[in-house]
Amino acid sequence: MAGNSTYNPTNPVEKWLDDRLPLVRFSKEHLMDFPTPKNLNYWWTFGAILVMCLGIQIVTGIVLAMHYTPEATMAFNSVEHIRRDVNFGRIIQGTHAVGASMFFAAVYIHIFRGLYYGSYKEPREVLWILGVIMFVLMMATAFMGYVLPWGQMSFWAATVITNIFAAIPIVGEPILQLLRGGFAVDNATLNRFFSLHYLLPFVLAAVVALHIWALHVPGNNNPVGVEVKSERDTLAFHPYYTMKDMFAMVVFLIPFAWFVFFAPDILGHPDNYIMADPQVTPPHIVPEWYFLPFYAILRAIDFNILFIDSKLGGVIFFAGSILVLFFVPWLDRSKVRSGSFRPLFKPFYWVFVLNFIMLTYLGAQAAEGIYVVLSKIGTAYYFAYFLIILPVLSRIETPAPLPTSISESVLSKSAS
Amino acid sequence: MKFTQKLAAAAVLVLSMGMGGSAALAAEEGGHAEQQNWTFAGLFGTYDEHQLQRGFQIFREVCSNCHSANLLAFRNLSEEGGPGFSEEQVKALAETYTIEDAEAEGGERSGVAADRWPAPFASDQDARDANGGALPPDFSVLAKARGIHQPFPFWVFNYFTAYQEGGADYIYNLLVNYHEAPEGVEVPPGQYYNSFLGGTLAMGPPLDDGFVTYEAGEGEAVPETLEQYSKDISAFMYWMADPHLAERKATGFRVLIFLIVFAALMYLVKRRLWANAH
Repeated sequence: MAGNSTYNPTNPVEKWLDDRLPLVRFSKEHLMDFPTPKNLNYWWTFGAILVMCLGIQIVTGIVLAMHYTPEATMAFNSVEHIRRDVNFGRIIQGTHAVGASMFFAAVYIHIFRGLYYGSYKEPREVLWILGVIMFVLMMATAFMGYVLPWGQMSFWAATVITNIFAAIPIVGEPILQLLRGGFAVDNATLNRFFSLHYLLPFVLAAVVALHIWALHVPGNNNPVGVEVKSERDTLAFHPYYTMKDMFAMVVFLIPFAWFVFFAPDILGHPDNYIMADPQVTPPHIVPEWYFLPFYAILRAIDFNILFIDSKLGGVIFFAGSILVLFFVPWLDRSKVRSGSFRPLFKPFYWVFVLNFIMLTYLGAQAAEGIYVVLSKIGTAYYFAYFLIILPVLSRIETPAPLPTSISESVLSKSAS
Repeated sequence: MKFTQKLAAAAVLVLSMGMGGSAALAAEEGGHAEQQNWTFAGLFGTYDEHQLQRGFQIFREVCSNCHSANLLAFRNLSEEGGPGFSEEQVKALAETYTIEDAEAEGGERSGVAADRWPAPFASDQDARDANGGALPPDFSVLAKARGIHQPFPFWVFNYFTAYQEGGADYIYNLLVNYHEAPEGVEVPPGQYYNSFLGGTLAMGPPLDDGFVTYEAGEGEAVPETLEQYSKDISAFMYWMADPHLAERKATGFRVLIFLIVFAALMYLVKRRLWANAH
């Protein structure tokens, strides 16, 4: 949707710059005049919230790196040094740690919004794929960041998660050693994780730029899922959506601040206040909450499938649970984007949401008894939703009648 | 709006369940814990200076004979939000300790306020040798490294009450629950039965009624009982692990009030701006 610019450089300096690098024109086109569907609800503000989260993580992270020591015998105490002795250190460190959780909370809402409103469908497949890539990058970054304080959970999470790669036939063992920088998780692991933890957020920022670019080609999806037809359907991004997004950001910062200032440790694990000790294995090794659904899927496969042993099977399902997201645009063939107009889709979608919450819960429980059975059921539904339910629904479902345009749906809503 | 409500409910659920799941598991060890009323609990909680001073006395006279506190500096004792000793008191206290310092004449010197609390043993191995093979854990952040077990749904409320004092509750319950082992439980030599742990540990009961004579402070006389000692040392250890708690909460109030007022104003601006949008 380029060429919506009404930019007219008035003074000679602006004009001079505009002829050489149309930076102001570009910004005006994409950050101000960009035509945005007028019916976006608050679930659409999470994109802006996520950009804010990335910004907070980068800024606090850069400050933390000034005081942190990536060395196995000193890392734990250097984090404590930040908390105790650095000016505002407790708050900066708390913001970074809580920020990771808030980032994931926001990204899950953003992803589930996309799944409900069919935001992955034509012509936004690339936009969606870039989003999944960003999700993977986020997980890698968060995992490596969690290792840096070098507490017990850091160390054992690093051990367990890198071990996953060992299950891959032939190349598994070399990959494992490359990741760890040796045969076991040690100083070399900590050093490379620190290096990558500093690098990946900037890669992420670059993919964010692509994601926004890919958004600005077809324009936003919207709650009714009907494409923009005329100017009457849209509003300029600024001031309408800048204002709405900024309001949502401030609201989002309220629970954020609540955790940072009043319960900075509640999202973490007490064991991570114990310095890493390769000789002592914690009784329960639990990843951070945002990995729990996928951890539950990993552990659900405790049986051999033909010639594939359970360990590799778990890894295949674990990787598959993310990889399947890449194919969602081609698995869901329904022409109707918005779940609001899909009577059959809706119940399956909500079961999927509940199932995901259940997997989160199960990921934190010991792998025994009823929890294992439920994990298997949850894993089965997770995959069935994408591989069976979505393709079948798009064949058999009769969608509700769609409004002819966005402005019609807005008008009928305000009339009723 | 139905979707909005459902997704909001789902978000709250997933947050609380997931986070709670891991947090609750963290605190696995131990039986039922009697939660105490800590002055530093809740939104408005801050440390009680007198309690921290009493706790410090127990730490100095009892605990620090075996346990190190490597991250505690003498100067911390006079810092804002802590036990509230004066700088002179801390200086005088530090001077009574001998600090090993390779740079100093003779390899040692008397302590200064900037020194860390001297460890009771030269190495972990020395500590083990002196304690029947068990290593007494460092105290610096121990109160943050422990938690209590709470069954569903009680841990869900923690996100709304900001309950963070699981470590202090753990330490208190451990200290007051040394009992005779019930029949059928074998206590190996050098081990002691603790009903809160539901098993044995290498540390014998470190405190008992009348064990420490509190230095006379102002106000009412404080009972010299095991319960009181246990509360005081737990509070002190919690302060050691989270020394900036009071300052953090005070900042938090200003931040939250600002954000709420700012959000309200933003909402009004947004509503006015959008009034003519349709």
